[in-house]
Amino acid sequence: MKFAVLINEGPFTHQASDSAYRFTAAALAKGHEIYRVFFYNDGVYNSNRLSEPQTDDRNLVSLWSRLGRDHDIDLVVCVAAALRRGIKDEVLENGFRISGLGQLVEAGIQADRLIVFGD
Amino acid sequence: MSEMNEFDEDVPEIVKRFMYVNRRAPYGTIYALECLEVVLIAAAFDQDVSVVFLDDGVCQLKKNQDTTGIGMKNFSKTYGALDDYDVEKIYVEKESLDARGLTAGDLVIPVEVMAADELREVMAQQDVIISS
Repeated sequence: MKFAVLINEGPFTHQASDSAYRFTAAALAKGHEIYRVFFYNDGVYNSNRLSEPQTDDRNLVSLWSRLGRDHDIDLVVCVAAALRRGIKDEVLENGFRISGLGQLVEAGIQADRLIVFGD
Repeated sequence: MSEMNEFDEDVPEIVKRFMYVNRRAPYGTIYALECLEVVLIAAAFDQDVSVVFLDDGVCQLKKNQDTTGIGMKNFSKTYGALDDYDVEKIYVEKESLDARGLTAGDLVIPVEVMAADELREVMAQQDVIISS
């Protein structure tokens, strides 16, 4: 199946990004396709490469980046939500790209299922 | 869209049913504003769009909002633009209005008031539901 994933919360405060990450990794392991992962609301913080959690904790920014690189996943950060929160190309982790909300709608159109992770 | 015939090689456009569900108060969190931004963008795609307001989300449409005391932008007038964008399916859950002492007349735009049972059926028919 072809999935698209929407993440509406940042790392750490909410579990949404952790759950989405685990869902995405599990879907890929089962041979499903991930059409796109779209980061909206505070979800845009998942792309901030300045994020530096303690070393004994998981680092969701690098986890997403690595998963994206290993599986060639389109990791898209909403531009309007990002600018509001100071997320720009200068702080964007490798593998993410900033684009418009149209990418979310298009993912909903193209994927068989859009799975939303939020609060 | 032009009529399809057996010689038409164009790939037919996909039209899905997209529903945006608003469940939260207009202020206090950013969800209401950022959901409205998605809906306005989504309207540019030729999809079957509906917008639902339930729980505290019904307060997003309340008339006479005044945000001067909290220093936030009053974006309630923007809901009036939905009609300009041809977003005409706007549903408000009856039970949520009743619980808050509101009626359709208290809202900034015309809506279709729907009982929870009916709304559930409409939700079940959707292809994509984005809730916030």
